Amino acid sequence: MPALCRDCLTEFDTGRRCPSCGRPRVLEHDELWDLSIAHMDCDAFYASVEKRDNPDLADKPVIIGGGRRGVVSTACYVARIRGVRSAMPMFKALQVCPDAVVLKPRMSVYVEASRAIKSMMEELTPSIEPLSLDEAFLDLTGTRRLHGAPPAVMLARLVKRMKDELGLTGSIGLSHNKFLAKIASDLDKPRGFSIIGKAETEAFLRPKPVRLIWGVGAATQNQLDKAGIRTFEDLLRWEQRDLTARFGSMGERLWHLARGQDRRRVTRNAPMKSISNETTFFEDTADPDILDGHLWRMAEKVSDRAKAKGLAGRVVTLKLKRRDFKLITRRTSLPDPTQIADRIYRTVKPLFSQEIDQGPFRLIGCGLSDLCPEEDADRLPDLLDPQATKRADAERATDSLRARFGDSAIMKGRALR
Amino acid sequence: MKISIERATLLRAVAQAQSVVERRNTIPILANVLIEAEGDTVTFRATDLDIEVLDKAPAQVERAGGTTVSAVTLHEIVRKLPDGALVSLTEEAGTGRLTVAAGRSNFSLATLPKDDFPVMASSEYQSNFSAKAAVLRRLFDKSKFAISTEETRYYLNGVYMHVADSEDGRSLRCVATDGHRLARIDAPLPAGAEDLPGVIVPRKTVGELRKLLDEDDMDIAVSVSETKVRFATPDITLTSKVIDGTFPDYTRVIPQGNTRKLEVDASEFAKAVDRVATVSSERSRAVKLQLDEDRLVLSVNAPDSGAAEEELAVAYGDEQLEIGFNAKYLLEIASQVDRENAVFLFNSSGDPTLMREGTDTSAVYVVMPMRV
Repeated sequence: MPALCRDCLTEFDTGRRCPSCGRPRVLEHDELWDLSIAHMDCDAFYASVEKRDNPDLADKPVIIGGGRRGVVSTACYVARIRGVRSAMPMFKALQVCPDAVVLKPRMSVYVEASRAIKSMMEELTPSIEPLSLDEAFLDLTGTRRLHGAPPAVMLARLVKRMKDELGLTGSIGLSHNKFLAKIASDLDKPRGFSIIGKAETEAFLRPKPVRLIWGVGAATQNQLDKAGIRTFEDLLRWEQRDLTARFGSMGERLWHLARGQDRRRVTRNAPMKSISNETTFFEDTADPDILDGHLWRMAEKVSDRAKAKGLAGRVVTLKLKRRDFKLITRRTSLPDPTQIADRIYRTVKPLFSQEIDQGPFRLIGCGLSDLCPEEDADRLPDLLDPQATKRADAERATDSLRARFGDSAIMKGRALR
Repeated sequence: MKISIERATLLRAVAQAQSVVERRNTIPILANVLIEAEGDTVTFRATDLDIEVLDKAPAQVERAGGTTVSAVTLHEIVRKLPDGALVSLTEEAGTGRLTVAAGRSNFSLATLPKDDFPVMASSEYQSNFSAKAAVLRRLFDKSKFAISTEETRYYLNGVYMHVADSEDGRSLRCVATDGHRLARIDAPLPAGAEDLPGVIVPRKTVGELRKLLDEDDMDIAVSVSETKVRFATPDITLTSKVIDGTFPDYTRVIPQGNTRKLEVDASEFAKAVDRVATVSSERSRAVKLQLDEDRLVLSVNAPDSGAAEEELAVAYGDEQLEIGFNAKYLLEIASQVDRENAVFLFNSSGDPTLMREGTDTSAVYVVMPMRV
């Protein structure tokens, strides 16, 4: 049986230990050299970055998340042992793990690390589908000749490089489609490398619960429960027709997934559809001044991101969440797409003024959609607001100052509220 | 109530009623038309609480009375009846049904009590005057394309009708703008209109009003107060609330010092703009105008779809100019020109451009250029 040492990358034939370095981190599988669809998932990504940058944290439980009202965004493996889970409310996490070190996310650092990992992946294949900052699908089909090594070797080399050069660990799932690759990467975390071959696909899935399927959440699970479907084995007993009749297009997908079939291709992310930003307050507020300050900062953040991507949008959306969690969204279209914070703010402001009585609010957000390239935007001045062009010019001047001297070099008074 | 009425007469009245009623309304009776018969006339009344239309038609009234039925359903029925038919509308008291019969067709429609029908409160009008249908038609037809649909600037969602001083003395003036183009149309001030308060006539009212203005010589009685406006022919009365807001000071927007003058055959110009705009990007619809001695080059360059260019012989004697516009805006103002050449007055490529017909200043259009 083909085998590979994950530490020294020696390829050999069958054995529990590497004949070259003697270590036991060995991959052994009949289809080891043939499989080429992979899923790479970083281990406790945000927490690992923090531990890398501050070695004092290495053996402490570390939780990344925001604020008193926030939730756990990432928990390191030490914290996970104590029962902390991601998406857990922060106060609960601190109940089960009172000595945890809670850190606010430093997104720019994570983005930087993610970019470094992505450029390593790009050396392997152009077919990368990032799912978030810390995970991606890779299709290495047909790269063996190019690299002079099969995909499994290149993937083992990728995680080794991530560890050696970036100080970050990741787990690999290798299989023959995206569905199985994603399942595999989760099988032996952290620092895992799992393989699901064609031959054992059905046998592997049969006893597994259907909630393993990406996209089967509590609601679908509930529907499936009612149909008596808990495991893949249950699913296999259903005719395709009956599943489709009962669950619609999801049913058809389930029928294929039950057999380990997934024909989705690894593709670059679909083009961005909207840009938005939102914030949850420490305390619910109805104060128009405070909310106005937030609205401006939201508009500015959305605008910054649009400018960074060279995009603009025609539809401006306001999102508010009331104290009772009722969501209010209001949108309006512009005759001329924009990426200018001033225009976004002036568009969203009247929408907000109409809803101010609905407060106090716990969340406010602002978004831009119906996106287009920036060349098509902000081309049509307003007869009735001749100052708008000047304000837009001032904003561009502000942008270039910030680019040189940092974000706090210059800001509007209303941003301080 | 029991009446007989000619199909064509009924159709006209019900057609107007059904376009006023609010289809998505949550108050059921607002979807209905109120039919009341007395003497030898029937009145049809419909409202969406902002607009009310009242239509009087001659009919044989066998039994006076009144009821309300769905305007849309009644319109659909009458529309499908054969031309020339005599339609009878009958409501037996207490049945809650209106019978519509014509020839061998028979319909029974659910009714709602006429007393529940909201009738718009009558109000005092400050200004009452009469204007020919042709005059009003010109004022509104030439301005309505510029009405804004932007909800946040609701005070632009209509035509601003007011009295203004123009070069030819005092005028009845209609102005509409959406911030990108503006139309300013003047007509000689009718007798009695001197005290007219400026009002913003909503878009929907402008649309309904148009149906009253088909006969050039018809006298339209216009009544205006701060909150309402009424237009009436002998048969039809259209009453509408006006938009409660302040129309911006549009006079600042109309350029006074534009000196670069282009004169062009409006229909040739419109056709050329339309042709080159075929390849413009869906979003911006940008068209570039390059002006040189008696020469206009229209061009579009859209990286995604292609490029186009067309040259027109024009009258232009000023220095070279390059200026961009949204093709749709150019087409809309060019199509307002019906008698003479279109005269464009430019300043720079970043300033508003003025357009009028020949030397006529009673219809002036302003359009904002776009960056190209």
